[in-house]
Formats: sequence, structure tokens, C-alpha cells
Amino acid sequence: MTMNEPTSPIALMTAALASGKVRVVDLTQTLDPGGPTIVMPPELGQSWPVRIEPISRYDDSGPAWYWNNISFGEHTGTHLDAPIHWITGRYLAHNSVDTMPTSLMVAPACVIDCSAESAEDADFLVTVTFVEAWEAQHGRIPPGSWVLLRTDWSLKRGAAYANLDDTGAHTPGPDAELMRWLVEERDVLGVGTETIGTDAGQGGHLDPPYPAHHYLHGAGKYGLQCLARLDALPPQGALIIAAPLKIREGSGSPLRVIALVEH
Amino acid sequence: MSIQRQRPPRKNPLQRTTAPLPPPARRSRAAQGLTRAAAQGQFALHTCQNCQTVSYPARDACPKCLSENLVVAAVQSGGTILSVTTIQISGEPYFRRLAPARQALIVLDCGPTIVAEVRPDCVSGMRVHASLHLDKAGQPVIYARPENGDANSDADPHWRELVADPLHRRCLITDGRNPVTLPLAKSLLAAGAAKVVIGVSERWKPFAVAAKLEALGAVELVDLDLADDQSVSALASDYGAKTDILLHTALHLRPGSLMSGAELLKARDAMEVSYFGALRLAHHFGPVMRSRGADRDNSAAAWVNLLSIFAHLSWPGFAAYSATQAASLSFSQALRAEMRGSGVRVLDVFTGPMEIDWLEHLPPPKVQPSAVANEIVAALKGGEEERWVGDVAKDFRERFAANPKEIERDLWQQ
Repeated sequence: MTMNEPTSPIALMTAALASGKVRVVDLTQTLDPGGPTIVMPPELGQSWPVRIEPISRYDDSGPAWYWNNISFGEHTGTHLDAPIHWITGRYLAHNSVDTMPTSLMVAPACVIDCSAESAEDADFLVTVTFVEAWEAQHGRIPPGSWVLLRTDWSLKRGAAYANLDDTGAHTPGPDAELMRWLVEERDVLGVGTETIGTDAGQGGHLDPPYPAHHYLHGAGKYGLQCLARLDALPPQGALIIAAPLKIREGSGSPLRVIALVEH
Repeated sequence: MSIQRQRPPRKNPLQRTTAPLPPPARRSRAAQGLTRAAAQGQFALHTCQNCQTVSYPARDACPKCLSENLVVAAVQSGGTILSVTTIQISGEPYFRRLAPARQALIVLDCGPTIVAEVRPDCVSGMRVHASLHLDKAGQPVIYARPENGDANSDADPHWRELVADPLHRRCLITDGRNPVTLPLAKSLLAAGAAKVVIGVSERWKPFAVAAKLEALGAVELVDLDLADDQSVSALASDYGAKTDILLHTALHLRPGSLMSGAELLKARDAMEVSYFGALRLAHHFGPVMRSRGADRDNSAAAWVNLLSIFAHLSWPGFAAYSATQAASLSFSQALRAEMRGSGVRVLDVFTGPMEIDWLEHLPPPKVQPSAVANEIVAALKGGEEERWVGDVAKDFRERFAANPKEIERDLWQQ
């Protein structure tokens, strides 16, 4: 070892980033006013979509500067769900985005590819058996990992992405038993999806309804949704950086999610 | 006059766009009584309550008995032409552009001898039908056409100045998800509209009537989210200079108590599409429409605001919705003031409860969306500024004018 070779982990990482041995992959969708959001029956409260209103744009409202006022619901675009979001997590300690331990904002990821099954069946439900087969091939899911369901759904746009019909949304997601298993048997940090929710589009008809929300948040775990480019990640080995905005008692937050991936 | 006017040729892009040039706008306070009648499409003149003498033009006292008790009341619209004058040249810039003009002395059946614009086929001795309209300055004038024969005056450019006929015009409906959209698009096309552009919000959500709308032919569905400034701006970039009649039909109706915690969010969401949506439209579409108010035969002609009668009086159980309507009525008044002199008419269409799913719990009578559509087009063809659609709305207008407290208390009982 020479004096010039880095030895500290951060120095090693810096060098790896500089040399391209480690790449930074953006897993975030653009916050777009026209982007689909969660849909609730119209008599219930509605989450605001993204709105961008100019304050000035080098004009009479501000001659040399451009800036906007923005507004959106906490659960808009690529976003994180905190335990307080669901009734099962309402009494937990540190259950909101402002109290989320920062140590959890950097965590490894297991990427389970169910894109072929999702292309075949928009209502595809990922099962324990499916994930056990994945583990047999790629290794056991380590505790404290993000489990990311790669469906390639983020390649879709507009109506195809929301995939709504008269019976609601039709998008893939985990089944109820898998969610209980990931939380109780694998102690994951959370589950991430490319769709509008961590639950399947028809997840409200499962038992319990919305099992991803029910189990994850009831156990103090997190959700990531509307992720993009999961196809760029290896099955294991990527490091996820997902730091939500520090919103007082926030139930969730849009955020920039990036992955560090070895080349 | 029976020949249907052909669609105007495409614009010559090398020529200056004809700028709006309003006619003389000064009128007495008394004359504004005629403005209200013209705005509502009525033929009404000052009538002495003492001796029943009808007078025109507007006066402060009866020319026969000098009573000051004059009321603008509906009168018979028939008359006989005494003489017709063709004015070849005028000192007034507005009339120079429109020359020649034909004006006639007409003895109205209800009494007075008046001076009015007449259709070119009117001659001395002819029986005529007179009607009251707003000119391009928004002031009341009388126009007469032959009593018998074709009622269509469309070939007369002077008539076209008084109305906002959809014929050959390009229309924009701003809220495609309003149930009025399908019948409205049909009515506009039946009236000869060249094209109906329909803004649809959140097109990633199912839009059941899309196929029916597209089957109508000259219809185009476009992205338009009234709550999103960028969306309105983007549409105006393409269609701002091609919108001759803008129909702001935003409908966001949610029941709720003023004291409910949910009301603030509902009110904000409703204001976003109704009132703020109107402001966004005014910002992005208003200036170019105002500048095109005299742009040849298919100029920018009208801005329609579809409003509820509850713009005038809050509807118990629909506090937020009523507030959006009141704000939208205020918007409409402000827009009319800013459009003055441009030739773009601002039309308020007031309806009572419509036959829509949100109001399923209300007993009849409710106004059908198709009736609203037909009356919007009729009001445009008459150049009106205000139309009340359906029995509930008309009843509301009379009672609200007579005693607002009576109808306020009555709404409490419903």
C-alpha cells in the first residue's frame, strides 16, 4: 500500500465514484403537474397533484430572477411513506418523516424482477413462493434492506401508468402473505415499487386490505413508490439513498432516490 | 338573406389584424335600463306608469305627461318603416369601417317612432320585427328585420356586430368533464361552429364520453387542467389565437358544511378550477382574444361563464361551491370591464341545480344539461350578456330581485 492509496471507506467510495467503478443511478420520476396520483372517491379528501406557479421569470414580477411556488400532497411523485401514514403505525415512536432515523436513509436493496409477470398480468401479485425462488438464486434478503419490486411500470406513461378502469387501478404489487413474511421473517427496512402505491392497484380487496401499508407501517417500516429505472439495479448489491424532506409530523414526502451501483 | 354565409377564407398573414374599434359608448343613466333588457335578450322600452306612453330613446320623464315614473317594460316588437336612409360615409371611425349603413324611421306598434338599424332588405312601408341588442361598445341599440320571411340576418355584417354567433367560429370548452359538454358540443356544431376544442383534465383518468365527442366530427380533445397554470399556458400557446368563443364550464360541486374541517380543502379545490381557473384563462387567453375582437368575420366573439344561481345567494349545504360561484360572478364582471371596447362579449349563463349525480338527492325540477347547452347557443346567437336557464333559475331571478330575504329563508326550508 502506498501513501496515495485511499484507505478510509469514504475515501474509497469517493475514488470509486470518480473512477466510475461506482455509478449513481437516479430512481426518481420528475415531479410533473400532469403526472398520475393516487385517486380516492371524489367525496373524500383529495391529495393535491403537483402544481408549479411562477413567482417571476425575468419579468415585471422579478426582472433578473426565476422562481416558482410549488404545491403537492406528501404522497406525490416518487415518495416515501412513513409509518404514521397508516392507522397501524399511528402510535409508533419516530413514525413521521421528520423523526425518521437518518441511519435508515442509506440502505442496501434487493431488487426482485417481476417485470415479465407484470407485463402479462397487470394485477400480478408477488408471493412468498416467488420471493423464495428469488432468494434461492440471489441469496437471502438481509435484515434492514429495501425490497424493490421491479415491474418496469415506470416505463409507462399517463393512462397506461395509472391503468384505471371501472373497477379501479390495475397495477402489480405484493400479496398479503408476502408482506407479513417480509416484515416478520426478513425484517426488511421497507418495500419499494414503480407503481403509484406500495400495494397492488386492487390491494384494497386483499385480506387485510392494503397489506403493504398494513404490515409495513404497523411494524415501523417504510414504503417507496413511483420509483423509476429499477432495471438498472443488480438483484443485490445496490445502496439506496432515500432522504425525505423534514416535514413536521409528515406522513410522507416526495424525495430524490438515488442508488449507488458497482459497475 | 336566406343564403347561408360561407365560411370566411383563411386569414392573410401579411395583413395587419383589424384592431377592435368600438362604436360611441356614451349613454345616459336612464338608457342603461335598455342595457339590462338588451343583455337579457328582451325587447323592452321605457313605459310611463302614469299614462302608459312608451318612449324611445330613453328619457327621464314621460314626453306626454311629464311623469318621472318610467319603467322599462316588455313591449310589442312589431313596427312599420316610414323611411330608410343609406349612410354612405360617417365621421365616426367605427361606422366608416362598416359603411354603408342603413337606418330607418320605424313607427312601433307600441307607440314611438324610432331610429334603428335595419337589415339591407328592409324598405319603406315594410312591416318589421325590432329587437334590442348590445353593440360592440356594450350599449343598447335597436335592430329591425322584415317581419315575414327569413329570420336569419347572418349575411348582414351590421347584425354580426351585435351577436356572437357560433357560425364558423372556433370554440373552446374548458371543462370536458362537465356533463354539459356533450350536448354543448352538439349544439355549437349544429349552430355551424367550425371546430369545438374540448379541454379535459387528468386524461390518465377514464373519460367515458371521449368516443361520443370524437364521433361528432369537428371536435378535438386536448389536455387542459384549469388548476394547473402550465397546462393552461401550454394550451393557449397553441389555441389562444384560434379561440373565438371560450366557454368556461368548470364544475366542481361538493356538498359540505362551512363548519366542517373538510370544507377548507374542498373550497380550495373548487376555487382552483372555478375561480383561479378563470383567472388562468384570463391571463393566457384574455389578451389575444381581446386583440382579435374585430379580426374579420370569425373574430374572437364571446367568453361564456357557466354559473349557478347560487352565485347570488349561498346555497345551504353547498357553502364552498356557492363561494366559488360568487367569486366567478365577480370574475365575470371584472372580465367584462376589461374586455370593454374589444368586441368580445362576456356572457353569464345562470342555471339552477342540474340533473347530475352530485344532486341526485334533490327532487325535480332540475335543469337538463342539454337545455343548458341549447340556451347557451341561443344566448350567443342573440348577443346576450346574461341568460337564466330553466324554471328554477327564472323563478330565483324574480324572487331575488323582489326580496332576497324571502328566498334566503325559503332555501333554509329545503
